[in-house]
Parts: sequence; structure tokens; C-alpha cells
Amino acid sequence: MPFDIDARVIENRRLSSDYNVLSLEAPDIAGATEPGQFVMVKPDRGIDPLLRRPFSVFEILRDGGRPVGLSILSKRVGVTTGQIFGAQAGQRVQCLGPLGRAFTLPGPATEVWMVAGGVGLAPFWTVAEALAGRGVTLTLFYGGRGDADLLYLDYFERLGVTLAVCTEDGSRGERGRVTIPLERALAARQAGTDVLVHACGPDPMLAAVARLAARYGCRCEVSVERVMGCGLGGCYSCVVPVKAANGGFHHVRSCISGPIFDAATLVWD
Amino acid sequence: MDLSVRLGPLTLKNPLIAASGCFGYGLEYGEVVDLSSLGGVCVKGLFLSEREGHPPPRIVETPGGMLNAIGLQGIGVHRFIAERLPELRERGATVLVNICGVTLDEYVEVARVLSDAEGVAAIELNISCPNIKEGGIQFGCSLSGTYDVVSAVKKVTHLPVIPKLTPNVTSPSAFARAAEDAGADAISLVNTFLAMAIDVETRRPRLSNIMGGLSGPAIRPIAVRMVYECRCEVKIPIIGMGGIMDARDALEFIIAGADAVQVGTANFVDPFVWGKILDGISDYMTRHGIARIADLVGTTDTSPAHSHA
Repeated sequence: MPFDIDARVIENRRLSSDYNVLSLEAPDIAGATEPGQFVMVKPDRGIDPLLRRPFSVFEILRDGGRPVGLSILSKRVGVTTGQIFGAQAGQRVQCLGPLGRAFTLPGPATEVWMVAGGVGLAPFWTVAEALAGRGVTLTLFYGGRGDADLLYLDYFERLGVTLAVCTEDGSRGERGRVTIPLERALAARQAGTDVLVHACGPDPMLAAVARLAARYGCRCEVSVERVMGCGLGGCYSCVVPVKAANGGFHHVRSCISGPIFDAATLVWD
Repeated sequence: MDLSVRLGPLTLKNPLIAASGCFGYGLEYGEVVDLSSLGGVCVKGLFLSEREGHPPPRIVETPGGMLNAIGLQGIGVHRFIAERLPELRERGATVLVNICGVTLDEYVEVARVLSDAEGVAAIELNISCPNIKEGGIQFGCSLSGTYDVVSAVKKVTHLPVIPKLTPNVTSPSAFARAAEDAGADAISLVNTFLAMAIDVETRRPRLSNIMGGLSGPAIRPIAVRMVYECRCEVKIPIIGMGGIMDARDALEFIIAGADAVQVGTANFVDPFVWGKILDGISDYMTRHGIARIADLVGTTDTSPAHSHA
């Protein structure tokens, strides 16, 4: 059961000229959120833009262990993300959630390799928090255009997550795409090490990660991002093609059947 | 206070219906809305068989509204009856089924299949979806096509038949007249306005289907005008829709001549909108001393304005 909260902005942390983390007072949603789920957000009540926008829940904010709110990680690209970038503490933001399916969270017998591209880092704060608490061995493969696109590295370090960082311009970590260190790690993986790959980022990155995981025999779950109208299965705008038994495909709504999918079930070309 | 409305042989407990194409098959919203609290649930358009619809992008926002070209993705009438209708019945929903066809025979067959199912309150004939090339809107853009499909479906079903009219014609009221002459129990209007949006940087259409249907508050004044014109033309009940976001918008359609209203796009913005609209309508009735919502239908006062001298 999703909650719709007229949430007070607790804080707006601007991380750069593009990225910000908006903290919202939404205890009901925060308390019910599983890693990988999302919220539908509308920062003003006007009709232009009219619709809400989907955001992965980034952090769960706690006060003495009790969930009091959540944050979203946003990159300023359009009108709504511009409003989110400009939001002031104290203002109200409509927030509906939690929505969608969560990532599979294994026990300590399985390693989890998180693969994030840019703002695709968003679902991994909660994944790392949940799994570090279970003693699961975690690695984050994290790629961006440049140094400024890599966020929250210290948080993951504090949790004991092994980091493999790369940038396309070489300004931090390895130069090149995040799939380079991922493939190296997959090839070097010890026989008998059970690995589950979780990926979130641009579609070409997800497709490449899915192909690698399949080639090296790893389970892989991806968080897809699609233009989404409602988040509840009403509008049928956010579909992705899922393999059908006859060799064809079915269009499946990523809001309710996703946004987390088993990568092997999706049609990637 | 009496919120019930009559649509020919069908009585709804209130005038609020979830619009087809905006509410899935209803069950998607079962956790958010008490489906039995709505006047009706009009489910997503159904052909005889399943359809995958258009590739994304399927929607794009425009000022005060959105364009969609979903392409009537759907599970087909047989799966609907087997997999969705039983739970809709269980939840006490008043189910209106929107039906589509590429040919007149397909409309007739889908209507026939539904007539044998338990728990269908009415059939809404989709002759107005702007996103499908064949059938559908070709009937809805021709007076004789509208007449033919309504009378053919009426012959094979005992269910109330409600053609959903397109606004993409010069005079929707002429189509309302054709529907009434063919024996329609009510009409619903408007479907979306055929529209287009282009990304000027890439010069590419923003929808994979190139064109789509515009809905939302941007179309409301045009839709209100069309409902008003149809009210002047026909006696059968009218279900009005087009950009209703709140109770005032719903009341505007009712005063213009709608016996009931459908809400679509607003449900995307706020899935809890239903209770707010119903409360707002009740408040209005209390404030204006209206005992029956039916008494408000078609009460636009067009007498010369009073002088304040």
C-alpha cells in the first residue's frame, strides 16, 4: 500500500552544479521502503509540468533508528529536476510510494556486485546498508563521465564496500567504462564464488552488464528507468520488452513488474 | 443527499467513473482506492485478442497536459474475463468495459463475448482512439460508421451500449445524434485530441507513433463546449470527460450537461483524487441546497446576465 505524503523538505544538499540530494520528511514511506523501490515526486502543485517523476529512494533517514524520511538523488536535466534542484528547506513536495519491486537481497553466502553509472548510484545506498548489516561481501563498480559525477564514495567505503571506480575522462580511478573492471572481476572470479550483480544506469550500460553477466554465468538484476506517467500501472507508458515463450516479446510495465528485473528476462537489442 | 445517477438502464451510485486507458483494469488501483466507492470503473480498451501496443516513448508532457500513444496494449477480452473480472466482481466494482475493433465484426464479437460474462455493467464502444490506424476511429469519424457499429452491437447484447465519441471532428453533436438514432443508451465524450510534439534539437517526434492524443486540463474548455453542444442535440445520457482535475471541473461538466463524468489524467497525478472529488461535489451540493446531483445536470444558465445597477 503506497502512501501519498505532502512531504516537508528537510534539507537540500547541492553536491555540484547539477546534482542534489533532497531529503523529505516521509516516515511512512521510509519505513516501508525496500532497496530498489521508488517514489513518484511532484515538487509543485501546478499543471506545467503536470505529472510526477519517478526517483529511486536514495537514503533512508533515521532518528535513533526510527525511519523519519527519505532522500532522492537528482541530476538537473529538465523542469522537474530543476525544481528539485532549487527546492528550499520547509517547502512541500508531493511524494507517493514506496512503489515497484525491490532488488533480491541474498545472505552472506553470496557476494553482491553493484554496478552504477552516474545518477544510477541512487538505489545502492539502501542495498549497501541492508547487505552490509547481513555480512554480505559487497563491491561497487561505479562509473561516471568525470570526477564530479562520482558521489558518496566515502559512505560506501565506511560500510566496507570494495570500490572499483572509473571515469570516461580519466579524472578519477580507471579511465573508461565501468564494464572494464567488471569484466576483469568476472573473469578472475574464483570457482565456487556465488555472485549476484545489481545494476542501475543508462540503458547501454545495463545492456553491456547483462551481456557480461550472462557470458560469465552470473545472475543479474537491473533497475530500468523509463518515462513513467503514474507509477501504479494505470497508464502503460513505462513498458519494457520481456522475452516471450514463442521467441517474441511482451510489453511489461516497469512500474509494477519492475523497476528491478532479472536481466535474463529482458530483450536487450 | 443523492449522488446516484442514471445512464439509461444503468444506475451508478455516484457520477464518478475511472476513465478507460487511465486506470488499467482497475485492480492495479485496488490497494489505493475502494473500487466499490466509485460510480464505475471503465477498464482499458479490449480487442478480441492480446495486443502489445506501440514501442516507447508512449507519453510526453505538454503544457497543462500530456500526449499518449500507447496503441491499445491489452490482454484481450477472453483473458480479461478469466483473469480480471472475477476479482473486480469480488471488490464490488461497477465495471464498464471499453471495447475496440479493427472491423465491425470484431466489435460485435467482443460485445457478444462480454454479454455472456458475469459482472459487466455496460459496454463503452471505443470508436475514437486516435492512435490506431485501422478500425476504431474510422467508425468514429464517419456518421454512417458510427450508426452502423452502434446498431450492430446493440443487436447482440442486452448490456447498455455507450459509444465514446472523438473530438477530432467538426461537429461532435452530429455524431451524438447518429449514436442516439442507432439506439445508443448513452454517449461518452471526449476521447483525446490528435496532437503532436517535436524535439527541436533532434527534429524527432517525441512519440514513437509520431502523433498521439492530448488529454489533461489543456483540453477541458473544448471538452466542456462539446458536452454542452451534445446536451442541446440529444436526449440520451452523457458521460463527460476531458481534463477533470477536481470537484469544480467535474461540476462544470455536469452543469454543461453530463449525467456522469470520467476522470483519467488526474488519476496519474493523484491516485487518491477520487475521494477528494466526491467530497468536493458533496460540499457544493450542501452549499447550494441541491438534494440530488441529477438535478444539476444541464443547468447552464444562459439567460442574459443580471444588471448590478
